[in-house]
Amino acid sequence: MFHRESGVFKTSYAADMALYPLPIAKWAVAAFAGLFIVIVPLTLGEYYVSILDLILIAIVGALGLNILVGYTGQISIGHGAFMSVGAYTAANLVTRLDAPFWITIPAGGLMAALIGAIVGIPSLRIKGIYLAIATLAAQLIIEWTINHVPAISGGVQASIQVPRPSFFGVQLKSQTQLYMFLMAFAVLAIIGTSNLVRSRIGRAFIAVRDQDIAAEIIGISTFRYKLLAFAISSFYAGVTGVLYTYYLGIANYEQFQITVSIDYLAMIIIGGLGSILGSIFGAAFVTLLPIVTRWFLESFGGLIFSAADLANIIPNLRLILFGGLIIFFLVVEPEGLNRLWRNIRNYFRVWPFSY
Amino acid sequence: MPEFEWQFTLVLLTNGVMIGLMYALIALGFVLIYKATDAINFAQGEFVMFAGFIAAGAADLAGAPFWLSALLSISGMVLLGFGLERVVLRPLIGRPVIAVVMATIGLAAVLRGSATLAFGGGTRAIVMPVGDEPIALGAVMLPPVQLVGAAVSIAFLAAFSWFFLKSRIGIAMRAVADSQQVAMAMGIDVRRYFALAWAMAGVVSALGGVVWGAMLGVDNQLALVGLKVFPVVILGGLDSIIGAVVGGLIVGIVENLAAGYLDPYVGGGTKDFAPYILMIAALMVRPEGIFGRRRIERV
Repeated sequence: MFHRESGVFKTSYAADMALYPLPIAKWAVAAFAGLFIVIVPLTLGEYYVSILDLILIAIVGALGLNILVGYTGQISIGHGAFMSVGAYTAANLVTRLDAPFWITIPAGGLMAALIGAIVGIPSLRIKGIYLAIATLAAQLIIEWTINHVPAISGGVQASIQVPRPSFFGVQLKSQTQLYMFLMAFAVLAIIGTSNLVRSRIGRAFIAVRDQDIAAEIIGISTFRYKLLAFAISSFYAGVTGVLYTYYLGIANYEQFQITVSIDYLAMIIIGGLGSILGSIFGAAFVTLLPIVTRWFLESFGGLIFSAADLANIIPNLRLILFGGLIIFFLVVEPEGLNRLWRNIRNYFRVWPFSY
Repeated sequence: MPEFEWQFTLVLLTNGVMIGLMYALIALGFVLIYKATDAINFAQGEFVMFAGFIAAGAADLAGAPFWLSALLSISGMVLLGFGLERVVLRPLIGRPVIAVVMATIGLAAVLRGSATLAFGGGTRAIVMPVGDEPIALGAVMLPPVQLVGAAVSIAFLAAFSWFFLKSRIGIAMRAVADSQQVAMAMGIDVRRYFALAWAMAGVVSALGGVVWGAMLGVDNQLALVGLKVFPVVILGGLDSIIGAVVGGLIVGIVENLAAGYLDPYVGGGTKDFAPYILMIAALMVRPEGIFGRRRIERV
């Protein structure tokens, strides 16, 4: 955030690791909280709030994936499937037992964590590209299973209607109410992740990422921490799946296909691997990209192309932009948007006397 | 329940072998790149699709004869291979695995988008000048397109085996794959061989695109054959050409048998599912594959 540390001298490790490095950081966070919790939902229209809802959901998922990929260095192309596990767990709980959200969300997360940990078992033996392919297989197998077992997916089109969650007997109807609901979980996820990565577990994750054999030698049980990373990450994914199901009002496996796994990977690559702020930036960026592309082309594309052409151009241009941006960030700015943000911040930190 | 019949099993097996050989052709492109550059190409399916689009587009839009459109597709893919190596892959040398994986996934999205943008979303056909009267082989009927595909696969797999074993360039490529630094010290221009590997993968993908396109028709869905590459190469071994053949045959046969015998019980779809179960098993037992080389890691 915006602050200058001139005149601040830290004398203990605890002070150095603190969530708020400086008193002013608290004020900055409070200002952002005020902006996003009070001002934004009161001023923006339903449509814009619904886009923000999508971003909030994506933040939870991106943080989870970043714990696994960015902090622990394990690859997963199966996060879309873990989300569907959470989504269908919640959907079944709601339709069969009429469970409230404070049961379905942890239950969806825990079920996804269980499945994720099982998928993570091979990570003991295999790594890198083998793990990528194994999680890809998990994605396809979970997708197939959900689609072909009626006990899970409940029949027609493998989709289950899920009513919006109720809060003290009041159903969340408007997008703004849903926004507040989702915001609570996004904030929980952000705080949870920032505390996790500065704990003993988080440091173990980072050691495993940097060199897992060396980590094992200094006494970190790689297997345990890899599985733990898979479980925690999948828990986030499961929660994301439940939240998205509540948002859509329907659990449908088509919403959690391999493209979703790739979207989330793109978020953390574009945002910045191993960075919480980066996950947030990436989630917002990747969610907004198709919406902005569509809006831009629908507004200005009509000047050059015919309507029929536009219908073909918009989805394909989105794909090209999406893939192109992933490659661009990998080649040019591997640390992602987070790094760009840090560059800007560092420039202003000593501004205007930067010499 | 389908009775166990020799006839039926034989048909499934032959089809499996034919399809398996064609999988091997696509997997070959993947193996070439991995063998020479240590990079994993998640866009192999999109390479095949793009090549198919070039061939079908040349035939449809410019009325090119089959041999010319195939040639155009090959040269187009060689150029693409060179270009991609230069712009995308070269800057990523020495970066973590996830970077290369994600770059090729991004590449897949770009290829998919630009193919549909350039050639339209409809399905195009590649017409091979071989007729479509099935050829009877005993009790088994085989479409000539599949026979041509299998023949092309065998020819290319043999050619590449020879290439890596005997030719000077092939030996240099193996040296690069073994250790880039030692290869450099021996006077091998590593970058040139990286580019060459991508270009060769382009040639193989172009042939795969023409063959698969002739069989299935060319559209976005053609890229899905790329998903079958992973079971094939994991089973056979990521860096082995003979492994690609054996893996391809196993996957082809298993998925056909599964489709024939299991589909009636579980309501379809086992074809896309069985190879992955097999692959997970292989990853647990022998991750380096049947013919792959075990890598020893040092700290």
